[in-house]
Amino acid sequence: MKIYDGWKIILGIVIGIAFFTMPIWLNLSSAQSKVKPKLVYPTDARQCIDDKDYMNHYHMDLLNYWRDSVVRLNMRYVVRNGVVLTHNGQKLEMSLTLTCLKCHSDKKNFCDQCHNYLQVKPYCWDCHVQPKEALK
Amino acid sequence: MIDRRNFLKIVSFAGGIALAGKWTYESISQTVVEHPQQGLKAHRWAMAIDVKKCEQNPNCNKCIEACHSYHNVPKLDNPKDEIKWIWKEQFRNAFITQENEFLPKGMNFSTVLLLCNHCDNPPCTNVCPTQATWKREDGIVMMDWHRCIGCRYCVAACPYGSRSFNWRDPRPFIKEQNPEFPTRTRGVVEKCTFCAERLARGMMPACVEACPSKALIFGDLEDPGSEVRQVLSERFSIRRKPELGTSPEVFYLV
Ligand code: HEC
Ligand code: HEC
Ligand code: HEC
Repeated sequence: MKIYDGWKIILGIVIGIAFFTMPIWLNLSSAQSKVKPKLVYPTDARQCIDDKDYMNHYHMDLLNYWRDSVVRLNMRYVVRNGVVLTHNGQKLEMSLTLTCLKCHSDKKNFCDQCHNYLQVKPYCWDCHVQPKEALK
Repeated sequence: MIDRRNFLKIVSFAGGIALAGKWTYESISQTVVEHPQQGLKAHRWAMAIDVKKCEQNPNCNKCIEACHSYHNVPKLDNPKDEIKWIWKEQFRNAFITQENEFLPKGMNFSTVLLLCNHCDNPPCTNVCPTQATWKREDGIVMMDWHRCIGCRYCVAACPYGSRSFNWRDPRPFIKEQNPEFPTRTRGVVEKCTFCAERLARGMMPACVEACPSKALIFGDLEDPGSEVRQVLSERFSIRRKPELGTSPEVFYLV
């Protein structure tokens, strides 16, 4: 079979495919590990409320559960296996400001770093009080 | 070979064991699970306000200040935008249906404390389309600010003006934010919650704690030994607009 102007057509197809898959190539060559959120972890604790992996994936679900437990079911404290969890001798409450931010006190370099990187904008801070540094 | 008869016997015996196991497991696990959530508990929270004691210090605003600073209530002076959880009103306005012509001298113009009545039969909760406000088992008419969509049906339904709507962003009007309690945003309704968050931590409401002359008495109406029950059995009390059938849980000792 003969294709008229065959090499031109094939070249065109190759250029076309390269053009449409360009985002993938650019991504593979540069975006990886260039900008990553630099998270500042708490220094006075080695563990989060739950496994790191669970927190990473499901902290928004945990917060929803906390919210409903506190506001709708009138339960305040973080309970595991029938006992109230404590941190530095204080009972842990199911609270954004009083618990999450007590440990993760550098909110700007923890929650916000990650959320900004991922374009997540929780509106919780319209009401829940955060430290002043995080507002800037 | 198992014949049909034996097969049915074996299957029904195994099924019986499985069911029995399930029931015992359920009854055991039911007794084990119990939440160690501390705090003050009651069957019917109520408050008595000693109007006489209050009258002796007409310039005292300690309860209002304590409540409003604890709950991050913004200070907006324009009555249209005003947010209030506990406030003062003249007797004749607060008890508008108390039409006694010859009250003791000055009573009509003395001020009384008003707050959410935490009605036993609250009209506000029935009209809420998102169940953002409801009556708890212990009698507190609670708010869930996360669910409030700002439709203001509850504001219209409340016969006591106990609910305020945030027409403006409240944050600029809060002098100092208390990190223990979230603020609110524009477009939600708010009101007194009998300090549900403090009761859960074993503390009395902020206003009760702040009153220097113990004019606010708080407790369980269903406990015959409680302080509220005692004062209510010793002194005459009135409630706001009882004829509406809302059955307020805030009593005024006059
Ligand atoms: C309209 C204001 C408002 C917004 C927006 C809001 N909250 Fe709340 N939240 C409150 C109030 C008021 C309470 C009651 C605090 C109490 O009872 O101590 C509360 C309580 C909570 C609690 C339990 C107590 C505490 O101190 O944290 C959690 C958890 C919570 N909210 C999570 C969230 C999350 C997650 C978001 C965002 C997705 C959010 N809230 C957005 C007002 C708000
Ligand atoms: C007792 C202190 C403490 C409290 C309270 C706490 N955290 Fe953590 N959190 C940590 C520590 C320490 C780590 C790092 C864990 C690790 O490296 O294994 C962590 C890790 C995390 C991570 C995972 C970060 C990553 O790199 O994947 C998230 C997300 C997180 N926390 C969110 C929260 C939220 C949301 C709350 C409130 C519900 C909270 N934390 C409460 C101490 C705490
Ligand atoms: C490791 C990265 C990471 C860290 C650190 C992190 N988050 Fe998140 N956060 C996420 C991701 C991913 C989502 C989910 C976005 C989605 O589902 O759209 C999310 C969602 C949320 C949401 C729900 C937002 C919504 O709009 O529903 C809340 C609330 C939240 N995070 C709170 C926190 C708080 C508080 C902290 C700090 C204590 C924190 N997060 C730290 C990655 C992170």
